[in-house]
Amino acid sequence: MGSQGGFYQSKEFLDLVKSIGEARSKAEEDRIVLHEIDTLKRRISEPDIPKRKMKEYIIRLVYIEMLGHDASFGYIHAVKMTHDDSLLVKRTGYLAVTLFLNEDHDLIILIVNTIQKDLKSDNYLVVCAALNAVCKLINEETIPAVLPQVVELLAHPKEAVRKKAIMALHRFYQKSPSSVSHLISNFRKRLCDNDPGVMGATLCPLFDLITLDVNSYKDLVNSFVSILKQVAERRLSKAYDYHQMPAPFIQIKLLKILALLGSGDKQASENMYTVLGDIFRKCDSSSNIGNAVFYECICCVSSIYPNPRLLDSAADVISRFLKSDSHNLKYMGIDALGRLIKISPEIAEQHQLAVIDCLEDPDDTLKRKTFELLYKMTKSTNVDVIVDRMIDYMISINDNHYKTEIASRCVELAEQFAPSNQWFIQTMNKVFEHAGDLVNIKVAHNLMRLIAEGFGEDDDNADSKLRSSAVESYLRILGEPNLPSVFLQVICWVLGEYGTADGMFSASDITGKLCDVAEAYSSDETVKAYAVTALMKTYAFEIAAGRKVDMLPECQSLMEELLASHSTDLQQRAYELQAVIGLDAHAVEGIMPSDASCEDIEVDKGLSFLNGYIQEAIEKGAQPYISENERSGVLNMGNFRNQDHHEPSHGLRFEAYELPKPVVQSRIPQALLPSTEIVPVPEPMYPRETYQTPVPSNSSSAGSAELKLRLDGVQKKWGRPTYTPETSTSSSTSQKTVNGAAQVEGATTLNSTRETYASRKPQVEISHEKQKLAASLFGGSSKLEKRPATGHKVSKASSHVVEKSHVPKSSKEVASEKTAPAQPPPDLLDLGEPTDTSTVPSLDPFRQLEGLLDTTQVASAANGATAASRSPDVTALYADTPPVGIHNMGDADLLSGLSNPSVTNMPGATAKPQLTQSSGKGPNPKDSLEKDALVRQMDMCGQRDCHINMIQPYGIGGGLKIQERAETLVLCSI
Amino acid sequence: MIKAVMVINTQGKPRLAKFFEYLPLEKQQELIRNVFGVLCSRPENVSNFVDAESIFGPDSRIVYKHLATLYFIFVFDSSENELAMLDLIQVLVETLDRCFKNVCELDIVFNYSKIHTILDDIICGGQVLETRSTEILRAVEEISKLEAAPNAITLIPKSASGWLSR
Repeated sequence: MGSQGGFYQSKEFLDLVKSIGEARSKAEEDRIVLHEIDTLKRRISEPDIPKRKMKEYIIRLVYIEMLGHDASFGYIHAVKMTHDDSLLVKRTGYLAVTLFLNEDHDLIILIVNTIQKDLKSDNYLVVCAALNAVCKLINEETIPAVLPQVVELLAHPKEAVRKKAIMALHRFYQKSPSSVSHLISNFRKRLCDNDPGVMGATLCPLFDLITLDVNSYKDLVNSFVSILKQVAERRLSKAYDYHQMPAPFIQIKLLKILALLGSGDKQASENMYTVLGDIFRKCDSSSNIGNAVFYECICCVSSIYPNPRLLDSAADVISRFLKSDSHNLKYMGIDALGRLIKISPEIAEQHQLAVIDCLEDPDDTLKRKTFELLYKMTKSTNVDVIVDRMIDYMISINDNHYKTEIASRCVELAEQFAPSNQWFIQTMNKVFEHAGDLVNIKVAHNLMRLIAEGFGEDDDNADSKLRSSAVESYLRILGEPNLPSVFLQVICWVLGEYGTADGMFSASDITGKLCDVAEAYSSDETVKAYAVTALMKTYAFEIAAGRKVDMLPECQSLMEELLASHSTDLQQRAYELQAVIGLDAHAVEGIMPSDASCEDIEVDKGLSFLNGYIQEAIEKGAQPYISENERSGVLNMGNFRNQDHHEPSHGLRFEAYELPKPVVQSRIPQALLPSTEIVPVPEPMYPRETYQTPVPSNSSSAGSAELKLRLDGVQKKWGRPTYTPETSTSSSTSQKTVNGAAQVEGATTLNSTRETYASRKPQVEISHEKQKLAASLFGGSSKLEKRPATGHKVSKASSHVVEKSHVPKSSKEVASEKTAPAQPPPDLLDLGEPTDTSTVPSLDPFRQLEGLLDTTQVASAANGATAASRSPDVTALYADTPPVGIHNMGDADLLSGLSNPSVTNMPGATAKPQLTQSSGKGPNPKDSLEKDALVRQMDMCGQRDCHINMIQPYGIGGGLKIQERAETLVLCSI
Repeated sequence: MIKAVMVINTQGKPRLAKFFEYLPLEKQQELIRNVFGVLCSRPENVSNFVDAESIFGPDSRIVYKHLATLYFIFVFDSSENELAMLDLIQVLVETLDRCFKNVCELDIVFNYSKIHTILDDIICGGQVLETRSTEILRAVEEISKLEAAPNAITLIPKSASGWLSR
């Protein structure tokens, strides 16, 4: 062996390595290693071990740990070794601790002192060893202990020490920028170091610093340029040459820095043009490292302010890379192409064939890189080819990480550029089918929304066609085994919502399928829940349409099973279903209006419509609302004082006093209720309850609600028994809540009251206004590439934030407010409707107020018969808000108005219809058609034609296959 | 920055592993296994680059070189240039070659601490520090000399008979 001097190893170590190497199995290896550990444990703690022996033990420990076995018993010995005076032992100790320990290990504290001492050592090798340890082992807390010494070492006579000191300082900066922020100027100083190696090392921290803050280093542009110039002109000593290249690693680092500094800065960039041009000209293209410099040059050129000449050079290099046989160069070429097309998209054209070659390449890395490039090049004209390719590849790989990524890219591209709804749904189906469990649930929601809303084309015909094609495809797909849960949720939802809509499939078809789903995926509660709700909707639509509902036997048995389910959610849904089926057509229509999933549910969280009322009340001497926090301080006193008056301060917590109060017989079940009725208590569960019992007490919402509530509630609670009848009604409702059917009941009540409201009109008006706004926003935007799908995204994103936005900023962003009390209804009634709660342009609160004012009178009349006679207006207020959307047909128009741009888009998108059709990956790939289309196309655009001819010489094997041509063309049009 | 340097033989046994950010032992082993799994499934004559995001988390790439019975593997992030990393492997291998005269797997195993010394000279704190193999060799020689000097420790013979006698 070539072991020399200090790097000596003993026979025992040799034997160990040998025996491990010869081990036939992992078990045997483990046995050997465990034995070795035993031996070492024994020996290492013996007293008076010779130093060289000790060193060898430690090396053996390091080796063992590298093999994956715990050697922590020896850490302390390694630490001891660092204290040793002998260089050999000390260095071994440092090596071991840097490999064994992390910066937060308890033993570090024992090393810091040694490091401090060693940093001051006369022997530069000791200093270097200590600096190595500093880089690895010093954490934020211990930085101050060694910082002064490290800074001193920046001026050490030995260049190796200076380099390591810079690295240590850089490391400190990475770990805790604040601790060395005052020393950053040192990096600038060291840039002028006499030794090029030190200067090169300084570029590392400077690169990091410049990445974070470009502007503070603009003054260095000229320095960097001149350094790069000198390096490129071989002014450095020959010693820095590597494979005949002058200091290539320094050049690369400099180019990286220049790319940062020149980005978006014309003036700085102009200083760089000359030197970059020089490098392009002089650089050696035959060696690997030369190509590395070339690549870095391309990155730099594509990052700085563009210069046509340099871009040409870059394009030349790229085409050389792509034509090369080396996969490495192809990879770099694809990557570089991806950078350059951002600036000059047209250069992709020249390389279409090369790109397609890379796509077919057996090398996975190259393939992925190429997909990345395609992803960047996607346009509405080529999206179908690219996404198709991506999906094919996605299906073929097993790597979940990359599968997830590529699936989300497919989704993103499809959402942005989908040429047609049909295609979009088909694509999404494929993605879901093959990577359903890997994609974000939001994607599923988007798809459901898309199906519900359509792309916004004006005629409902197209929408319903879209839906029935979706339903049809889903019924077919359901035959496949093991579908991902997310996909099943989508399927169930769509089947429930639109399964029977076009009359192609009967309710028993759909329900049968849904029952099959619930049965086949019985372990997945979410899917089951979706299925049950879909069943409920299907039946509800049947009832509403006046047809007789016959439950299939399997459906009945499913229901029986679910009624006794352990999952309260499933149980509740089953009860709801049961209840809905028992209702008459009119009521059912109210609960489950067909195709209303996209409609708006608007909740005015601030209850601003009550402002007038509050004003009035305050004028009459009521106390203003005291916020929760303030209130809690005053609480007790207020309680006692005001007990007998119906004073606003009664809106406080009363629960504690309720129980002892004797109740009239009929009130008994009220036990759980009172708190909900009177007082807004901030527990999150209340809103739900309040909805179920149509007594609306809003928790934590604004004072206006409070005021109102207080009056009624207080009267009832603390007042005379005149209110008993009303309490009994509410208590009866609450009783039903227990058995799960209550909210249905509640909803019906709400519904019937709601029916009488004339609140629809004003909203229709608004939606027209909004429509106009939307049209004006999107109307002229025929250039917009992105489809409305992105619009959905935006609106969705913003509406996810539960906050007030009374003034819509733009119709796109209009987010309906959602507050806790609003959400329960869709949640309870239909889990399948997350989409509708999150979509949607909001209603104008003021309009709504008007509507309310109208309705209250009517409502108060109507209400007496139904339920909450006690506070009709309040009930109305609350009952009104959530369902308004469900009933509000005007919204549908609004939505379609919103998505108008897609209509205007269409001309733009179809401008090159041939192109998309002819691409072999279109929806109907028939070779003959393809050829035909190709021919036609070539006739159409002579330019492309000639281009193909130009390319042909280096095409694959002389003869281009037709499909390749088709793809070429698609790329062509980019 | 460079995140890790590994040398694994074609049987999947690690010969050298150096992580520039601390990772617990089990994690290191897992990573080594995963990397080996990826590399040994790669066909011949493909690129030397592998996307490592599924193994090392976002923004990480692998460049490897298959030489004789060994894989030399560098793991790094986007602030480095892949081709340059490939050459850095070359620097390492050239240095080892000069140091051991036709380096082979066993040299690396038996001169474990020396390899680490060399690596420490090339890369410090995850940054490339030195790429001149002559310079690296000089430093290593110097250390050898100093460590072998009588005042450092009693001289240890380097010949095979030296260790056999013990």
